[in-house]
Amino acid sequence: MSLTVLTYLVVGATFALYIYIAIRSKAKNTGDFYVAGKGVHPVLNGMATGADWMSAASFISMAGLIAFLGYDASVYLMGWTGGYCLLAMLLAPYLRKFGKFTVSEFIGERYYSNTARMVAVGCLITASVTYVIGQMKGIGVVFSRSLGVSFEVGILIGMIIVFIYAVFGGMKGVTNTQIAQYCVLIFAYSVPAIFISLTLTGVPIPQLGLGSTMADGSGIHMLDKLDLILVDLGFAAYTAQKMSTLNVLFLTMSLMIGTAGLPHVIMRFFTVPTVKDARSSAGWALVFIAILYTTAPAVGAMARMNLMQTIQIGEVGSPTGNIEYAKVPEWFKSWEATGLLKFEDKNGDGRIQYYDEKGLTTAASFGWKGNEMVKVDRDIMVLANPEIAGLPNWIIALVTAGGIAAALSTAAGLLLAIATAISHDVLKGWLMPDITDQQELKYSRIAIGGAILVAGYLGLNPPGFAAQTVALAFGLAASSIFPAIMMGIFSKRINNKGAVAGMMVGLGSTLVYIFIYKGWFFIKGTAMLPDNVDNWLFGLNPQSFGTVGAILNFIAAYTVSLMTEEPPERIQQLVEDIRVPIKTEHSTNA
Amino acid sequence: MGEKSREEYWQRNIKLVTQCLVVWFVVSFGFGILLVHPLNAISIGGYKLGFWFAQQGSIYIFVGLIFFYSNRMGKLDKEFGVEEE
Repeated sequence: MSLTVLTYLVVGATFALYIYIAIRSKAKNTGDFYVAGKGVHPVLNGMATGADWMSAASFISMAGLIAFLGYDASVYLMGWTGGYCLLAMLLAPYLRKFGKFTVSEFIGERYYSNTARMVAVGCLITASVTYVIGQMKGIGVVFSRSLGVSFEVGILIGMIIVFIYAVFGGMKGVTNTQIAQYCVLIFAYSVPAIFISLTLTGVPIPQLGLGSTMADGSGIHMLDKLDLILVDLGFAAYTAQKMSTLNVLFLTMSLMIGTAGLPHVIMRFFTVPTVKDARSSAGWALVFIAILYTTAPAVGAMARMNLMQTIQIGEVGSPTGNIEYAKVPEWFKSWEATGLLKFEDKNGDGRIQYYDEKGLTTAASFGWKGNEMVKVDRDIMVLANPEIAGLPNWIIALVTAGGIAAALSTAAGLLLAIATAISHDVLKGWLMPDITDQQELKYSRIAIGGAILVAGYLGLNPPGFAAQTVALAFGLAASSIFPAIMMGIFSKRINNKGAVAGMMVGLGSTLVYIFIYKGWFFIKGTAMLPDNVDNWLFGLNPQSFGTVGAILNFIAAYTVSLMTEEPPERIQQLVEDIRVPIKTEHSTNA
Repeated sequence: MGEKSREEYWQRNIKLVTQCLVVWFVVSFGFGILLVHPLNAISIGGYKLGFWFAQQGSIYIFVGLIFFYSNRMGKLDKEFGVEEE
């Protein structure tokens, strides 16, 4: 059966499954939309949170970045898992005790100010839209390959499907659908990883395979061999650090606190049955996330190994050491068709040379006239991986279905968060308090449509690969939402003025820093400085700046609060209350 | 719950969170980033130790930490009689 037909079948079957479960569960759970997870076992709830959380960035993009960045990509691995510790210990239990539904509601009430609530809405929308841009890029890659169309057409099809999916609505709130999505996603990720690990190292567990010796009988460790191959071709060693230490530190921190500041993740913990559950369900969510996140380093390294060995078939510099273009495997041709992989025969020898021009100084003596793999989009690696390893077509179709599940579940969740913020917080709560529920629903659909158009348009020329774009969104959440919530719980002294000043300074500084290098509002051609290390402030890339924004946020909030009056008594008591799991008497109440 | 025990409960909570976050910081920012070069001199299997912490070890420890915290908080709640039904 051809790959296209198989892809339609597998993707269609998984869609049918989600819809079937959604319809069945809905009949039982009407009105439970917001309280997803109530009465659901914490383990299953963790699984659903995992599906909600792991997006196209985790599924499609991350292992590709790991493949090309090696050690430096650890920032994504640690950053997107370590944030759960902050969430479990600093935010989740207290927000559960507070007992409202949205992040902006908490901020509005804790800081007794509608302005604070609106500023929080602004921060939330900015971070979420950026996040959706990353998803659109990932979805575009998936559809372009599986339907055999260009990336641009792929993104257009993706926009239509996401729109239908999100407007259809409801599905997001149904925990059971997400459990199914998690199962599809993790199965689709693990199966090729296990096969590839077996082929390369003879060990079926990828986490162990990555640390094992090659199965070719050479006795050399897989990671050592990869280092050797790359260094021979002028690339930096896989396990070596390439980014500055400061940048690694700040980027990791930004992703961690961004994780704890993203509205669609935090919202899940508002709705668990008890404070106790809020603490442990973060743990269970991380268990299910960790299954993918500890597999990804193996997928990345092995994909890079297979790619290098496909092109460099013999000794570096020997006339027959490189594969002839006429003999490249099928996957190479099909990815070329999407425009995401490009080859140029610069020296006209009919063979492919893939190396680092700066690192391999002897290249000219081999008759090489430059690196001929002029474009290798990192986001294609996870999808191309099973093909490169020669796995059967049904596995490739399965990976496509997994990627779509990951991208859709997250994109839909974020779009609903954006729509709720616009229709509920801004329109109903502020500009047009008199609109009916029906009208509110209508506006929220318009908001979803608008957000998809913006994200899709910007996704055509994204500010980075899917995971990098998503990392920008984390920086924005890190610099604005996380500090505001954390200070709201851990300090009684921060007042309305301080919180507003903090959020504005944090978000503002981070946005400006990102726009300077990535273009104003991410529009191509409006960047003011080239996006490279020579121009970055202290060598910090735009993804890392969220940490600086967060620090500025804390400083601004404290300074302004200390210069102005203390929050009123009832707010200080509210803070005392959320710190204790059950309702207790106040001795100062008299 | 009186003002005094409320204050003590909160202080014990802060202490526990601080301890957990020290471990959180040491395994990721410490072993995985700041000390990655010296640790890479040690190998476990085919992994250099610093690299292993950055791409595997820290994640396992994060998971363990959350359950440790959640378990300890449960005990603290019981001790102060603020356990949920």
